[in-house]
Amino acid sequence: MNIIDIESGFQEKIDKDIRIEPRDWMPDNYRQTLIRQISQHAHSEIVGMLPEGNWITRAPSLRRKVALLAKVQDEAGHGLYLYSATETLGIERDELIEQLHSGKAKYSSIFNYPTLTWADMGAIGWLVDGAAILNQIPLCRCSYGPYARAMVRICKEESFHQRQGFEIMDTLCKGTPAQKAMAQDALNRWWWPSLMMFGPKDAESTHTAQSQKWGIKRFTNDDLRQKMIDMCAPQADHLGITIPDPDLKWNEERGHYDFGEINWDEFWAVVKGHGPCNKERLDARIKAWEDGAWVREAATAYAAKKENQIMTKTQAV
Amino acid sequence: MKSWPLYEVFIRSKAGLHHKHAGSLHAADPEMAIENARDVYCRRNEGNSIWVVLSSDITASNPAENEELFDPAEDKIYRHPTFYEVPEGVKHL
Repeated sequence: MNIIDIESGFQEKIDKDIRIEPRDWMPDNYRQTLIRQISQHAHSEIVGMLPEGNWITRAPSLRRKVALLAKVQDEAGHGLYLYSATETLGIERDELIEQLHSGKAKYSSIFNYPTLTWADMGAIGWLVDGAAILNQIPLCRCSYGPYARAMVRICKEESFHQRQGFEIMDTLCKGTPAQKAMAQDALNRWWWPSLMMFGPKDAESTHTAQSQKWGIKRFTNDDLRQKMIDMCAPQADHLGITIPDPDLKWNEERGHYDFGEINWDEFWAVVKGHGPCNKERLDARIKAWEDGAWVREAATAYAAKKENQIMTKTQAV
Repeated sequence: MKSWPLYEVFIRSKAGLHHKHAGSLHAADPEMAIENARDVYCRRNEGNSIWVVLSSDITASNPAENEELFDPAEDKIYRHPTFYEVPEGVKHL
């Protein structure tokens, strides 16, 4: 079989909705695209713990604290599922970590915004996790088996993240005027960055067409963004706070909300490293990694010591 | 420093069922792999038993040889009960 036959056989499998598994043949670009996308997703889970970790010790009640703690633990777990899925493509964990720390690999820009008040925990759960879920549900049917399986697990666990966020917003909105103002302020700051999570407009999205052909991506950025807006607008109405977009309006004819223009200059600036917290986030990651070095070394030494003891015992017998 | 080896994790969701592959993780030794598997794959009562095995100890079949390996079973329909005729009216077959 020549390479063209192998490639068309691969595409045929994808068109028939047959999953691709780690040891199956795959085009190098498919492999590289997945390594980039899944590792970026993993890094986002890991860096995503930082803005929320900031509030664990200051949660307003024990109920809120255990929920936030559980959410952050889930994010650590989700990062690990995704790193494992990436490693099935033939890249080592250390290399992935190195790519994050050197800035070669990206993570979701949303985590480069600061969490200034408790209401930000509400807005993040409601909007950021809401957007993440919309992005992730179609990935449960992604053509690459290990990624799809990780996404099934993640989606199951993540629905509580969105709900606990909305509950925080709902409680604040039913509270004092100052609490409601805090919720409004959080919505004002997180709304546009959340919409940017779906990536550039379809016309400017370089990877969309190929990713759709390969069954990695099932919906376009603009489709998902519209879904997000249609989902959130009535939820904001319920809360009684206002989405910071004067152009947001129900369009009867389209059956969707119309909305205003996203500030794409801001989007690209944050992607390129000039967001409010890019440096702080990466520094915190690198510090955690370096501070943990002695623990990794000690565990390795202990494992080697135990291994030696077993061998010595066996020899004695 | 050499990174910790990769372990494959298998979890039994409840007594009476098979252990099922859940994913993989890095750990310094098997004990740590089990502890980590508890935190990574069992945060919501997903299991009551965990197996871990070094990924490098698994021997896997080669998908390129799937034809030789699996095709022989394909034309043996007589291995299934539906291949056989059951006379009308006969029960418990």
